[in-house]
Amino acid sequence: MMEQSVAIDVCKVGKMYDGVAAIQDLSFQVRTGEVFALLGPNGAGKSTTLRILITLLRPTSGQATVLGYDVVRDADRVRRLIGYVPQERAIDRFLTGREHLLLLGDLYHLSKEESLRRIAELLKLVDLEGKADQPAKTYSGGMKRKLDIACGLLPNPKILFLDEPTLGLDVQSRLRIWDYVRQLRTKGITVVMTTNYLDEADQLCDRLAIIDEGHIKALGPPTELKTGLGGDIVSVTVGSAALARVEPLASALKGLPFIRAVSTKPTGLDIRVESPEKALPAILEAANRLSCPVEFIEYHRPRLDDVFVAHTGHAIREEFPAAEEEA
Amino acid sequence: MNEYRQEIAALTMRWVRRLSREKFSMLFTLIQPMLFWLIFFGNLFQRAADVQVVQAPNYISFLTAGVVVMTVLNNGLAGGVDLLFDKENGFLERLMSTPIHRTSVILSRFLFVTTVTSLQVLVILGVAFLFGVTPATGFFGVAVILLIGMLFGVGLTAISMAMAFSVKSHGDFFSVLGFLSLPMIFLSSALVPLSAMPKFMAMLAVLNPMTWAIDAIRPLILTGWADALRPLAIVVLIMLAFDALCLYGSAKAFRRAIG
Repeated sequence: MMEQSVAIDVCKVGKMYDGVAAIQDLSFQVRTGEVFALLGPNGAGKSTTLRILITLLRPTSGQATVLGYDVVRDADRVRRLIGYVPQERAIDRFLTGREHLLLLGDLYHLSKEESLRRIAELLKLVDLEGKADQPAKTYSGGMKRKLDIACGLLPNPKILFLDEPTLGLDVQSRLRIWDYVRQLRTKGITVVMTTNYLDEADQLCDRLAIIDEGHIKALGPPTELKTGLGGDIVSVTVGSAALARVEPLASALKGLPFIRAVSTKPTGLDIRVESPEKALPAILEAANRLSCPVEFIEYHRPRLDDVFVAHTGHAIREEFPAAEEEA
Repeated sequence: MNEYRQEIAALTMRWVRRLSREKFSMLFTLIQPMLFWLIFFGNLFQRAADVQVVQAPNYISFLTAGVVVMTVLNNGLAGGVDLLFDKENGFLERLMSTPIHRTSVILSRFLFVTTVTSLQVLVILGVAFLFGVTPATGFFGVAVILLIGMLFGVGLTAISMAMAFSVKSHGDFFSVLGFLSLPMIFLSSALVPLSAMPKFMAMLAVLNPMTWAIDAIRPLILTGWADALRPLAIVVLIMLAFDALCLYGSAKAFRRAIG
């Protein structure tokens, strides 16, 4: 039965804001029990997609179903089956952790006993028992996130939606959150998350969709996407004085037989090669000939960031220039 | 129906909890109208205000109706503030992702604002009583005063919530709030009767629904039912029209935010 294995079916969904398309013609399926990530830079349309699935936004075209229910026509049914962990710290700083959960218990129409039982369980799971009766304004970022997750799990959802679950968290809290997600997976809960962290998508999810500028650029398990690229990646960093000569170097390399693709990055080149032992000498020779001093060269198996660059034509974060502009 | 009641009770309880956690803010919103307007303003203008002009035994008894309606005005216009914060920090989204009836959040807010305002009005009437102002129409009159307050409050709260859902930043919200509140008070019969106002101000004050609410409440406090019935009939009609207009005008913003 195909039907049973599909938890979410998105078919040609589009969303326009004031005449501008946030997402266009998006189609994908999420299978029951998997961890699925929407990976992309800020503004790519991940959150828009997520909000459509949790019935907070209406698509302007196409349709989507969650567990067989249409997200527009049967929105109320959908809401009863899902849990949501929003991106912002959607916490009422005056309420205690327990009061947050009690409120949501009533909004999901749980009986008092059921609500109290689940709250006790969840506080234990996210390790917040000690702080449950303190106002949330006394919580650290990581604790707020844990409370967020407890809130998302309170309705005992079939599908949990997480919007950027570890954005801005310290390393320890991140690992904790990853742990919870893995636990959920073993319990058979389908998890759909958005992220702009490559390592998060790589480590956590069974399958991912790379979204950029409102379109899906690639879809599949991380390992398949990586091997799908074919070949290894040679990464060349050139001295800052020679950045102008990177372009000629790129065009010189593009013609060579064992080189598959060349893409420029702020510090040099990423070159996809068939056999590194042939390519490395050729790359260095070309660099020498064009007097483009190589500061650093390494080669590695394709990583998820290479997948991202290969499908979108740019890195998920253009780290160097962006960091300088912000500073 | 049971689910609906459970949701609204829980959401209303949240507003009550928030208020009780903000003790200072609660104290000041409660005390400000009494202290500033009723006690200071009322006593300050005791001799400056002509008893012949205000048609009341003293200025404080004249001012009481005005302070009651001012309180309704300020609470109503500020009624959307908490939703504004909920919208900005994503709490509203969390609420709307649950299977609640789409109207529950708004309804809980109406319920909360109306209840707090009514309690505050009772306290104001209590303080006025300590200064010798006894409502001429007794307990039933007080009930009618609360009812007028509620009718006016609903429309104001609707505007405030619609604004909270529509503004781009909360700076905008508070600017509009600050811009509306004082002119509404001065361009009404709260501080001075219409008959004693400069002509152009009186003309504007007639268009202010606040004036009609005050002019209906004032005889309930000062004179008695005989003088109150006619303005009461008028104010009920005006308030129903006002509420209908506000709710109709807000409906689009509500639908966009929570539909």
